[in-house]
Amino acid sequence: MTATQAPPREDSARGGTAVDSDRSKAENRLGQRLVAPAVVLMLLVTAYPMLQALYLSLFRYRLTAPDDREFIWFSNYATVLTDSLFWQDTWNTVLIMVVTVAVELVIGFAFAMVMHRVVFARGVIRTSILIPYGIITVVSAFAWQFAFSLNNGFVNSWVPFVEDNFNWFGDHWPAMFAIMVSEIWKTTPFMALLLLAGLSQVSEDMLEAAKVDGATWWQRLWKVILPNMRAAIMVAVLFRALDAYRIFDNIFVMTKGAQDTESVSFLTYRQSIEQVQLGLGSALSVLLFLSVLLLAFGIVKLFRVDLAQARGEG
Amino acid sequence: MSNKTNAGTWIGFVLILVWCLLPVVWIISLSFKGPGETGAGSPQFLPSEPTLQNYRDILGIGKVTPGQEATAGDFIDALRNSFFISLIATFLAVIFATLAAYAIARLEFKGKRLVLTMALAIAMFPVVSLVGPLFDMWRTIGLFNTWPGLIIPYMTFTLPLAIWTLSAFFREIPWEMEQAAQVDGATSWQAFRKVIVPLAAPGVFTAAILTFFFAWNEFVLAISLTSTTGSRTVPAQLSFFVGPDPFNPPYGTLAAASVVVTVPIIVIVLLFQRKIVAGLTSGAVKG
Repeated sequence: MTATQAPPREDSARGGTAVDSDRSKAENRLGQRLVAPAVVLMLLVTAYPMLQALYLSLFRYRLTAPDDREFIWFSNYATVLTDSLFWQDTWNTVLIMVVTVAVELVIGFAFAMVMHRVVFARGVIRTSILIPYGIITVVSAFAWQFAFSLNNGFVNSWVPFVEDNFNWFGDHWPAMFAIMVSEIWKTTPFMALLLLAGLSQVSEDMLEAAKVDGATWWQRLWKVILPNMRAAIMVAVLFRALDAYRIFDNIFVMTKGAQDTESVSFLTYRQSIEQVQLGLGSALSVLLFLSVLLLAFGIVKLFRVDLAQARGEG
Repeated sequence: MSNKTNAGTWIGFVLILVWCLLPVVWIISLSFKGPGETGAGSPQFLPSEPTLQNYRDILGIGKVTPGQEATAGDFIDALRNSFFISLIATFLAVIFATLAAYAIARLEFKGKRLVLTMALAIAMFPVVSLVGPLFDMWRTIGLFNTWPGLIIPYMTFTLPLAIWTLSAFFREIPWEMEQAAQVDGATSWQAFRKVIVPLAAPGVFTAAILTFFFAWNEFVLAISLTSTTGSRTVPAQLSFFVGPDPFNPPYGTLAAASVVVTVPIIVIVLLFQRKIVAGLTSGAVKG
């Protein structure tokens, strides 16, 4: 990974060769056999249940009343899409996603800059940044819930302009804030490490040249560093955004959805598992899946980067 | 580098350490606070009277607080479930992923792009949308509330990451050695097993760490597809733990349990930080 701007590999040159000789036939067969277990497993556990969800979403089907199961076309979708709770939850999820990813991008980039420059104690910094990454999300949610806690937390006494008896989980916005903080804390390291990898591919020569030409630090950042990191930023944003859209653990632990802090994932879980409304829950599952698909498509289009190329896949 | 940059880097260095470690120190501090202190409300950071009682309660060592007799048993069960489920899922996922990644990095075959696209799609898949159908299916075929009921989906959702990490590692391997072995009369399979596996071991190990982290951390499926301590994992057990007083969360006990389950993570990070960083970023940023 020494080249700064490795040209994308030409796929057609290698992949398009006709399977003619015995050797390549054998290779083709071996390749397919080697990927088969993984492919079969992935299809069985994701594609098949997803189709099942698609099918179940057309039924009124509650586990507590299995005899009432009835085909009702798209009524479940109509129920969901006309419910204000669904839109409130979608808004919450989108808000959490946009805010956390934006903040993480800034903090993560700052972290990456520092880690890129630090010449001492690299092990220490790497270790401490990996701890939030590795820690169980539920544990991180507990740590932050207790930190923001009215009775036992340190946040109220440490942060200026906050009353000592302020209840962070007593209102919508403070509770959302606490959830976002825990999410940002837990996932910034991932962002920082991806950005660091991108940063280390920016050519030092180019930066040196820009410096010699009299570019300020700010100009170097915007004209040299960031444009050369586009692929890394794109991958980091895409993965973090889709991950943030699935937010569930923090909310489950910190508020249980109280104060209108529920996310779409939480709503889907509540309908499917707690209420055992498999029909309605399946409709929510399908909608969640579609929105993630739409989101992924949107981000890839927005950044106009071929993902397979960005990941170096042939 | 000028002195100014050095100062900035120093400040940044300290800020990163504080930001990353403060909540960890906080939860450790909390785990040493007794019920008297947390019950009465103690907004101070460090415990005023440090006690090991929370650890005794959670691990069932020595005298346990009255009303918390069942805590240790449930927690140890959850630890056992988490440990074995994560380990088995990691082991199997890495085997599957190694085979697939070898094929992707090395061989030409039809459908390669399809496999990669599928892995990418699954990496982005909203796990929650599978919870309902899987719950229904697992109940029908008897996998609900069993170890395999969690191991199978964990394998599935870690395969994409493992496949990418491994194929990125495999591309860096000197493949001439494999060809040399083939020239010497080895088949593709023998070349894979005898030559490449030893070379690929570090990459495989990294993929295993990342997979283990995922399984150890997973929560949605763990609360949805289990119902008893027979198969409930640590994150699920922690979230359901209310303690003797439903109106007052057992801060100290939860904190102690959190510390116990974070210790393995910290040990793995300390030992293998370089590998983990390489694994997280390999394949993610190229070109």
